[in-house]
Amino acid sequence: MTDSTLRMSTADPLARTPRKLTFDSKRIRARYAAERRFRAYGVAAIVFGLAFLVWLFATLILQGYGALQQTRIKFDVTLDREILAPGGTVDDTALRTADYTAMVRTALRTTLGIGSDRVARREAYALMSNGADSELRRIVLADPTLIGKTVPVWISASADVDTFLKDQKQRQLAEDRRRLNDRQIAWIDRLTADGRIDRQFNTALFVNGASSDPEQAGMGVAIVGSLYMMLVVLLTALPVGVAAAVYLEEFAPRNRWTDLIEVNINNLAAVPSIVFGLLGLAIFLNFFGMPRSAPVVGGLVLSLMTLPVVIIATRASIKAVPPSIREAALGVGASKMQVIMHHVVPLAMPGVLTGTIIGMARALGETAPLLLIGMVAFVVAYPATPFDPATALPVQIYMWAGASERAFVERTSAAILILLAFLVVMNATAVILRRRFERRW
Amino acid sequence: MLVRTIAAGTFTALAVLATGTAQARDQIQIAGSSTVLPFANIAAEQFGKAFAGKFKTPIVESGGSSAGLKNFCGGIGENTIDIANSSRKIRPREIEECKKNGVAEIQEIKIGYDGIVFASSTQSGKFALEPKHIYLAVAAQVPVKGKLAANPYRNWKEIDPKLPDQPIQLFIPGEKHGTREVFEEKVLEAGCHDFPEIKAITDAKARANACKAVRKDGLSVDIDGDYTETLARLQRTPTAVGVFGLSFYDQNRDKIQVATVSGIEPSVETIADGKYPVSRPLYFYVKKAHIGVIPGLKEYVQFFLSDKIVGDEGMAVDKGLIPMPAAERAAVRAAFGKGALVN
Repeated sequence: MTDSTLRMSTADPLARTPRKLTFDSKRIRARYAAERRFRAYGVAAIVFGLAFLVWLFATLILQGYGALQQTRIKFDVTLDREILAPGGTVDDTALRTADYTAMVRTALRTTLGIGSDRVARREAYALMSNGADSELRRIVLADPTLIGKTVPVWISASADVDTFLKDQKQRQLAEDRRRLNDRQIAWIDRLTADGRIDRQFNTALFVNGASSDPEQAGMGVAIVGSLYMMLVVLLTALPVGVAAAVYLEEFAPRNRWTDLIEVNINNLAAVPSIVFGLLGLAIFLNFFGMPRSAPVVGGLVLSLMTLPVVIIATRASIKAVPPSIREAALGVGASKMQVIMHHVVPLAMPGVLTGTIIGMARALGETAPLLLIGMVAFVVAYPATPFDPATALPVQIYMWAGASERAFVERTSAAILILLAFLVVMNATAVILRRRFERRW
Repeated sequence: MLVRTIAAGTFTALAVLATGTAQARDQIQIAGSSTVLPFANIAAEQFGKAFAGKFKTPIVESGGSSAGLKNFCGGIGENTIDIANSSRKIRPREIEECKKNGVAEIQEIKIGYDGIVFASSTQSGKFALEPKHIYLAVAAQVPVKGKLAANPYRNWKEIDPKLPDQPIQLFIPGEKHGTREVFEEKVLEAGCHDFPEIKAITDAKARANACKAVRKDGLSVDIDGDYTETLARLQRTPTAVGVFGLSFYDQNRDKIQVATVSGIEPSVETIADGKYPVSRPLYFYVKKAHIGVIPGLKEYVQFFLSDKIVGDEGMAVDKGLIPMPAAERAAVRAAFGKGALVN
C-alpha cells in the first residue's frame, strides 16, 4: 500500500498536489493501535509470569514461615549427680551415655502430676519430642557445672503438639479426627497457662540432619552436602571447561572434526540430567569404585552436566575480547601463550565466572542424577569430607514432600525457601561479578 | 593471577580426592522401598543414637523395592548396598540374578505389616465397602446378565443401594507401586471370583487378567506419585475414594475418613489379628557375606528386630507399622540368629 503511493509520488513529484503525502489519519491510527496492542501483549506476558512468581512465593512463605518457629516446653529437670557423675567425678563417657530420656520424662511426669498409670504416661510422653534426650545431653555437655542442680530447660515439643498449636482448626475437630486426645489437650492448656509452652526460633531446621521426627529434622546435612558438591563442580567444571574452550577458540583448526565437537557440546547441554546420573553410576561407582551417596560423586556427575554450559559461556566471552588487544600484545612481542594467559583469558574471566555460576545454580537444583548414585537418602550425620555420605537440598525437599507427617508440609515449604535463597545469592553473585569486572570496548 | 589461583586450587583438590578414596566403608548402606523407608529411618536413627561412638548411623536410600533389590543383587563388596528394603517378597527371578552376581546368601527379615485403606474426604458420604464393590467400580469389564461387558457403573448406588449416592471416582496406586499388587490380589481378585461369569473362564491367566484389568474411562485414575498426591486429588474431588497406607491415613485423620472393608474398620489391632483383609508383609533382605565385614550390620538387624522398634509399643509401630505377633517376632529373630537363607 505504501509502495504504490511511493511510486506514484516519485514518478512525477511535481505534477501532483502533495495530497497523497499527507498522513492518512485512519491508517495511522490503526498502526498506533497495533503498536499499543503489541506493547500490551508484552506487558500481559510479564504480568502473567510475575503473577505466577508472586503466587509461588506467597504460598511458600505462607506455608513455610510456620516452620521457622518450634513449640518448646519448659521442664525443671533434675540433673542427678548419681547418674551423670557416678563416684563424684565428671567423666565424659558417663555424660554421653547417661539416660537423659528418663530424666526428661521424670520432669514431665512431675510437672503434670502423673503417677504410675501406664496409658497416661504413654500419652504424656507423646507430648515431648523423641529427640529430647539429645537436646538435654547437648545442654549438659555445654555446661557440666549444672550437674546436681534442678534447672529449667526448654525441650522441643512433639510435632503433633506443634501442629496442634499452630493450626487453630485442630481444636474444633472431633476427638477421633485429631492426633491428640482430650486429655493431652488439657495438659497442653495447663502447660500454656503455667507459661511453660512457648514458640522459639527453630534452629534445628538449619542445623540438624535428617530425622523421622519432624521437630528434630533439619537441612544441615543437605546444606553441607550441596556446598561440597558445588565445590567439586567449581574445581572440575571450571578448569576443564576453560581449557577446552580456550583450545577450541584459539588453537584448534577449523575443520569437520572441530565442527562435530562443537555440535556435540551444544547437544550435551541439552541432555536430560538423569542420563548423567546413569553415566555416573556406570563410571564413578561401578568402574572406579567410588563410594555411594558421596558428594564427590554427585559433584562429578553435576560437573559433567555443567561442563557444556561453561564451555559455551567461555567461548562466547573469549570471542568478545577485541582483536586489537591480541594484536597489540603480539605487536610488543608476546608469544601466543602469553597473549592468551595474560590478556585474553583474564579479560574473558567475568563472563566465564558468570556462565559457571549460572551453570552451578542449575546443578544445585538437580535431584534426578543424584537418585542413581545413592544421594536420595536419609542421612543423619554430617559428612566430614566430600567422601562421606550426604544428601542435597533439592533431595531433602523431595523426601520431606513425600513424608506423611503433617509437620513436614510446612518444613517442605521452608526448605524450598532455603534453596531459593541459595539460588538468589548465586545469581546475585553472577550479576555483581559481571557489573564489577566486565569491560566494555 | 586469577587463572593461576584456580589452577593451583584444582591441583590441591585433585590431590585431596586421590588420597581420600582408599578407605574401608564403616557405615551400613540400605536402599529400597519407600513404604519401608519411614520404619528403616527410625531404626537407623535410633541405632545411631544407641551405638553412638561405636557404629555410625546407617544411610537409608529411597527409590522403590525393585530398584533396591536390583541394586542389592548387583554384587558383593563395599560399593554395593548391604540391605534392601522391600514391600514384597523377593522374586525367584531376582534370586537368580543375585546368585549370578555372586550374592549367594540372602537373609530375609520380616519386620511387620502394612495396612492398605480406602479413604474419602471428610465431606464425602461414609463408605462401607466389600471387595466386590471395589471390583465392580474399578474393573474394565464386569459381569452383566451372564457375560462380561464394558463397565456400566457410574454411581456407587448402582453397585449397591447401601453405598452413598456419589459418582464413582477412584484414585488407585499406579502400576509401578508395590501397593498395586496388593490391591489387585487382596481386593480385585478377592472381589471377582464369586461371579459365575468369572468362574466360567477356565484359563487361570485369562481369569486373573479379567479381574485385574482396570477401566480406562477416567473413573479410575492411576496415581504414580505418593500418597500426598492422592490426598491433594481427594481434596479437589471430595466425592472420590483413594487408596492410602494406614499410617498416612492416621496422620491425616482431619482431612480424610476411612472406609470399612467387609465391615471391619482398619486399625493397628484389626490388621495385626488379620480381621481386616487388605494388608501385606514388609521385609528387608541382608547380604550374609557382608555380616562381619561391614561394622554393625548384625547389630543393626538385631536392633531393628528388638521390641524397642518393632514391638507392640515400638517406635516403628508409633510411625504406623503393624507389629507381628510376639511369637512371630521371636521366630524371625531365631531364624536370623541361625543364619537362615532364602533359596
